Amino acid sequence: MLRFIIRRLLITIPTILVVITITWGLIKLAPGNFYSGEKRLPAAIEKNIREKYSLDKPWYQQYARTMANIVLRFDFGTSLRFEGQSVNSIIWRSLPVSAAVGVLAYLLALVVGITVGSIAALKQNSRWDYSSMALAMLGISVPNFVLGPILVLVFSLGLYWLPPSRWGGFPSKNLILPVLTLSALYMAYIARLTRAGMLEVLRSDYIRTARAKGLSEKDVVIKHGLRGGLMPVVSYTGPALAFLLTGTVVVERIFALPGLGNYFIQASLNRDEPLIIGIVAFISITLLFMNMLVDIAYAYLDPRVRYH
Amino acid sequence: MEPENKISPEMAVAEADVRPEEAGEFVRGTSLWRDAWRRLLKNKLAVFGLIVVVLVTAASIAGPTVIKRSFGFTPDYIPTNDVKLIRSFPPFTGPDGEFSWKHPMGTDNAGRDQLARVLQGGQISLFVGIIATLVSLFIGISYGAIAGYVGGRIDDVMMRIVDVLYSLPYVILVIVLLSMFRSQTPRGQLTLLFVALGSVSWLTMARIVRGQVLSLKNQEFVLAARATGVSAPRIIFRHLVPNTLGPVIVYATLTIPQIMLTEAFLSFLGLGVQAPLASWGSLAADGVQNIAIFPWQLIFPGVTMALTLFSLNFLGDGLRDALDPQMRTI
Repeated sequence: MLRFIIRRLLITIPTILVVITITWGLIKLAPGNFYSGEKRLPAAIEKNIREKYSLDKPWYQQYARTMANIVLRFDFGTSLRFEGQSVNSIIWRSLPVSAAVGVLAYLLALVVGITVGSIAALKQNSRWDYSSMALAMLGISVPNFVLGPILVLVFSLGLYWLPPSRWGGFPSKNLILPVLTLSALYMAYIARLTRAGMLEVLRSDYIRTARAKGLSEKDVVIKHGLRGGLMPVVSYTGPALAFLLTGTVVVERIFALPGLGNYFIQASLNRDEPLIIGIVAFISITLLFMNMLVDIAYAYLDPRVRYH
Repeated sequence: MEPENKISPEMAVAEADVRPEEAGEFVRGTSLWRDAWRRLLKNKLAVFGLIVVVLVTAASIAGPTVIKRSFGFTPDYIPTNDVKLIRSFPPFTGPDGEFSWKHPMGTDNAGRDQLARVLQGGQISLFVGIIATLVSLFIGISYGAIAGYVGGRIDDVMMRIVDVLYSLPYVILVIVLLSMFRSQTPRGQLTLLFVALGSVSWLTMARIVRGQVLSLKNQEFVLAARATGVSAPRIIFRHLVPNTLGPVIVYATLTIPQIMLTEAFLSFLGLGVQAPLASWGSLAADGVQNIAIFPWQLIFPGVTMALTLFSLNFLGDGLRDALDPQMRTI
């Protein structure tokens, strides 16, 4: 087990460095910079600024400096757009917003998805099965940037039940629509995965044994069925995290939430280099470590998975 | 699908070395494809999906021309000669609020016909989905087939690279790429989009093809080909790859909606398709701005897109059940 974890770490850490390097390279290779375009400055001032951010050094020195600051001190420098604010402070300020929406959406998706999926599997080919799976397909097909505004249209602008946008702290009514919008896709995926997993497990021998020894249907399903049937859902956690990140970008923009995704898009559009690199690095670190944890959990839960 | 089903025609092809067009006919004639087609037709949802996909595609291709012929306006036609017309009309409404057939989906802020714009957007969205899928097919099949056939250490390294690429936060990198290299021309941005989307989506394809090739490469027909001195590239692309087509077609059908969704997502963020070109994503992005006053600007492109993706997904699911009942993923 320990060897497995070390092996995964040996892959994960270089991967993170590769992501940061690719991002850095893309930014440097692209024509123009933060100060080209409307923000054009007088030559003398631009020269001073370039010196301050050491943009006047050759590329390998800039790269070495950036990487050293990140690896040794976890320091991404200061934002160009939000003057005087360190990238770290922006990340730590916006993280709770994204995390609140993301975690709530994922929990909601788990609860609803697993319930709907198991019932669909238990009543295979029933009306419930067909309608819930059609609904799940709809959840996968409706883009969240269409779903979100439609929810706003109905619940905020039509019925006046919920606020249409903005961050209102945690917990608040403002969270309901973003969380619903974000979780629809995962709900649908998890319901489909649970159904497929449960169908396969319910046909297996050990379920027949459990039934044969006289366990109640409830015990068979909850204790034996779900444990095996949920393995695909566990392994979906990794991709789900990645989707969650892209989902939050859109949801935060629709609902004007000051989260990581929103800052990331702003930074990309503004060419705010330190902020882009900071957020990309932060996101990849979170994502890759979470993926590693999922793999370890998976190996731990399913004895059939070998550790190498 | 039984391996035997697929081998016999291929062996015959190998022996006779038939020209491609004849080979294509031969494959179509085998029972595997006819069986699959029959199974697909039994699946009502898949047939529904197929019909909708065909209809939407046909409407997207022919629609803008038909509208131009019958009403005289193109998707980017702004009625500059009459200021009264430069505003957003609700569906089926004329300038004075009366019923009119002229704009079944209403108009946008500049008085452009929404139906024409949605259909033209469909062209771009479908085009992006298909081209990027073809790019991913090309890379994925070559990569996976070579890794699987060559095997050994090279296979190990190639698949480890795929593993690493798999774990990258792709969409994030694509956003950086598209925003940094923002092209000045809409066509340039579209090309960039193909490259970005295609290069992201070949990984699963490579894995599927490799798995198939691994299970095929030790079978007699490959041995026979090798014994008669057929070169490795020819074995890979002439004998092995055609036999992996079932799962590849299934996965490709499911890749198209995924790529269209990603394209829409990027266009929604303003990084994808640029004006005057429009895709469903960029139309929806425009619509969101006016959601409170002109909801139809979002609803029509959004619903058209959702319906198309819904149908493509059902078609893909149906194809999977028809071609490969044993393959059970999402």
